[in-house]
Amino acid sequence: MREIQCKDIIETIKTLCIEATSILPQDVYESLQTRYEQEDGLLAKKTLEVLMKNADLAKNKMMPICQDTGMAFVYLTIGQEIHITGGSLKEAVEEGVRQGYQEGYLRKSVVDDPLFDRVNTKDNTPAIIYYEMVEGDTFHVKVAPKGFGSENMSQIKMLKPSDGIEGVKDFVMKVVNDAGPNACPPMVIGVGIGGSFDKVTMLAKKAMMRDIGTHHPDARYAALEDELLTKINETGIGPAGYGGKTTALSLNIETFPTHIAGMPVAVSICCHVARHKEADL
Amino acid sequence: MIELQTPLTVEKIRQLHAGDEVTLSGTIYTGRDAAHKRLIALLDERKPLPFDIQDQTIFYVGPTPNRPGSVFGSGGPTTSGRMDAYSPRLISLGLRAMIGKGYRNEDVKQAIMTYGGVYFGAIGGAGAMMSSCIEECEIIAFEDLGPEAIRKLKVKNMPLVVVIDSQGNDLYEIGRKNYLNKK
Repeated sequence: MREIQCKDIIETIKTLCIEATSILPQDVYESLQTRYEQEDGLLAKKTLEVLMKNADLAKNKMMPICQDTGMAFVYLTIGQEIHITGGSLKEAVEEGVRQGYQEGYLRKSVVDDPLFDRVNTKDNTPAIIYYEMVEGDTFHVKVAPKGFGSENMSQIKMLKPSDGIEGVKDFVMKVVNDAGPNACPPMVIGVGIGGSFDKVTMLAKKAMMRDIGTHHPDARYAALEDELLTKINETGIGPAGYGGKTTALSLNIETFPTHIAGMPVAVSICCHVARHKEADL
Repeated sequence: MIELQTPLTVEKIRQLHAGDEVTLSGTIYTGRDAAHKRLIALLDERKPLPFDIQDQTIFYVGPTPNRPGSVFGSGGPTTSGRMDAYSPRLISLGLRAMIGKGYRNEDVKQAIMTYGGVYFGAIGGAGAMMSSCIEECEIIAFEDLGPEAIRKLKVKNMPLVVVIDSQGNDLYEIGRKNYLNKK
């Protein structure tokens, strides 16, 4: 049995919120550099250059890369040997988000009632929290603040098994084309296949947060990742939607077993600011 | 690079073409979803708007809070399509330019052509850099909306691209076509 104090959880989540919104992940930065060198359109090249300069500026000044500092998604992986003391775990997470968004000068973008009142909660809570129990005594926190310019462009479809691989490809391409300039390309894309209506969206999010350049362990899915990324970059949408080679930096796929009658597919779209920052306590 | 100074008259914006790079200087206003909803409500109630929109520019942005000693936080464009429901009416009343990112619908394009307007794109996701073009910032309406309050900004050399010009040409269509033709 290992004890984890709520005050340490608060402090960790606060720091992760601030760092995740100000420091562009290294894999994204390197991918921008590579794509910049390959891009030949003037406006396309310039746009990618601006994104890199913007990331440098944000990091140096510790200010948000983008004004949409998102809703705070918090993923907790908790070992079953862990004992949490000094308060409620959920409240500790909310407090960490509250303090992070306040002290980091991050934008508070959450409204209480989604349909009728839409009044800003003024501290960016509630966070969206996911808990996963595992063996052992680990306590892992991932904070992934996500903006809604791209979140609004994500889609899910319950395909039929007979739709096959072509059905998956067509749906992914439809989502990317619908998103176009709205999602602030270059995009980072996660595709979930399998599971259920809810599970598949989690898979897509997980895929979206996987490092650029990593592949699905099954070679068939790995090939599909490459094929789709190539097709997406042939659409010509380009950086900022102004036309060019770089519409997406990556496309990752995550899969899960599913029902004999179904083949759910979800596409999670993110802009290049694919924020996620992790820590172990 | 074309240098533009606000207020933007019809004559000035008629010279612009989709794909042109411009820098914008002068006074502009911020406004996004909730502020637009309220502007339209004021018009419905036949009440005056918080600022005279003739020849003015609205920047679709909800900035992060500024740190002490700085004028503006991070502030790149938000998705313009969410303002499509409100923009044609404002354009018909004299609004000249909009700054945002993403597709506009046919109603907005039609209003831009009919009344003489322009839609500028700012680079989505480059919020930290945009703040360096902003010299002054003052909340002039709907302060309770927080990041969505209407701010009056004084900007200098804000880098923008003409996405939809007064003839209705759309860079999102042209840029993509040009790229595909080149291949």
